[in-house]
Amino acid sequence: MTFDWGYAFSQVPKLLEGLRITVEATLLGSVLAMALGLVFALLRRSRFRVVSRGTKAFVEFVRSTPLLVQLFFLYYTLPNYGFKTSAFITGVIGLGVHFATYTSEVYRAGIEGVPTGQWEAATALSLPYHRVWTSVILPQAIPRVLPALGNYVISMFKEVPLLSAITVVGLLGEAKELGSHSFKYLELYTFVGILFLVVSLPASFLVRRLERRFGQ
Amino acid sequence: MASDTGTPDHTARTGPAPASVSDDAATRGGPMVRFDKVVKRFGQHVVLRELSFDVASGERVTLIGPSGSGKTTILRMLMTLEECNGGTIEVDGDYLTHMRKGERLVTADEKHVRQVRRKIGMVFQQFNLFPNMRVLRNVIEAPVHVLGLSKDEAEDRGRRLLEMVGLSDKLEAYPSHLSGGQQQRVAIARALAMQPKVLLLDEVTSALDPELVAEVLNVLRDVANTTDITMLIVTHEMHFARDVSQKVMMFDQGQIAEQGPPEAIFSDPQQERTRAFLHAVLDER
Repeated sequence: MTFDWGYAFSQVPKLLEGLRITVEATLLGSVLAMALGLVFALLRRSRFRVVSRGTKAFVEFVRSTPLLVQLFFLYYTLPNYGFKTSAFITGVIGLGVHFATYTSEVYRAGIEGVPTGQWEAATALSLPYHRVWTSVILPQAIPRVLPALGNYVISMFKEVPLLSAITVVGLLGEAKELGSHSFKYLELYTFVGILFLVVSLPASFLVRRLERRFGQ
Repeated sequence: MASDTGTPDHTARTGPAPASVSDDAATRGGPMVRFDKVVKRFGQHVVLRELSFDVASGERVTLIGPSGSGKTTILRMLMTLEECNGGTIEVDGDYLTHMRKGERLVTADEKHVRQVRRKIGMVFQQFNLFPNMRVLRNVIEAPVHVLGLSKDEAEDRGRRLLEMVGLSDKLEAYPSHLSGGQQQRVAIARALAMQPKVLLLDEVTSALDPELVAEVLNVLRDVANTTDITMLIVTHEMHFARDVSQKVMMFDQGQIAEQGPPEAIFSDPQQERTRAFLHAVLDER
């Protein structure tokens, strides 16, 4: 069996189209995961027990169940409750919520890493609650957790192929479809691997630079 | 702001007045700070048991005593950084951790605490500047967002204060680029920018290299000489205590072992505990 380079390269444009969808899902999912993760982290610190306990339970639940199950759940049950949307958006929501449970832990560690003296200084100045968060605590907590957040973006990128289970055709789905006509799976999946690598390697490099920049 | 406390000029210095015995906390001319049978526990350990004392308006009081005697706890309770387990604390005629509800005294709500706490400023041993903000921003953050000053007004005030502490050339520097002494001077300016009636100084030179102590103490001497802010000072710098304070309170095991004017306490202590403590502290240098 020989590796058909000509065929492989001829399919690159189509694979790139799949890659574009995979990257888009990752970026949108990451934005959601970072925003929602911060919300979870803050809700877990709520003075109201119902809120903090409830958030904790939800986060634990989502973390302990497989992403694939959650995707199926969203894809097949949401429309029954009048929430009709594309498979792509459903996938982004699934990725975002799932990874938000991880990023919320990252934020939590970052927030706890801010020295007590900062809270005390903010109290001594009587800064309003929201101001303490937006101008004192988060600006110190977030830079140090940027590398950890970046790593989760890369993890998410590698989980996007799961979305093919709910009919989102990303890079992997594209290759599978092409393969069902040409049966040249070796070439297609090799190039799928290479394309994933082409994105995640520079991304890892970026994260390492973040690590160097923000320490720890 | 509290209804009648907004005037920027403080009442004339009254000196160490005898403890007022007025029943009504709201009477003006009463003490600036009053502890009444204050109790503080950390778990089983009782730090303060029914501690009572008054600090008059404009008075400068130095709290001395061995570590663990409760001095810092007193400042932290005033700053509401520690919960009060019993008794009442009054600041400028208002209860700090309590409020009146009809005839009854109930635990103060957030809004009341904020209002009273605004009269108090604190400088910490570890400076606690906000490292993500430049020097001037550190100073104006609270005046803008708590007092509601415009950015221009706050910056004017901030520049004046930073000039007073000798840091006019560091307005745009980040705290991490400053020496400990400079950071502490910024912290003093930051506390003063809120125009507090009471300033709490918690071992403000203890974290500094010896050669930087003087610059901070000089700034504080300036503040003491040019304002009539009430000050509660916890320090091991006895010369400084002697220079600026009208009263020294010697604490031991959460109780006032002895108090009086600094000359009396330092040169002629009546209590053995005070003598032993002063001996140990002054021997050190």
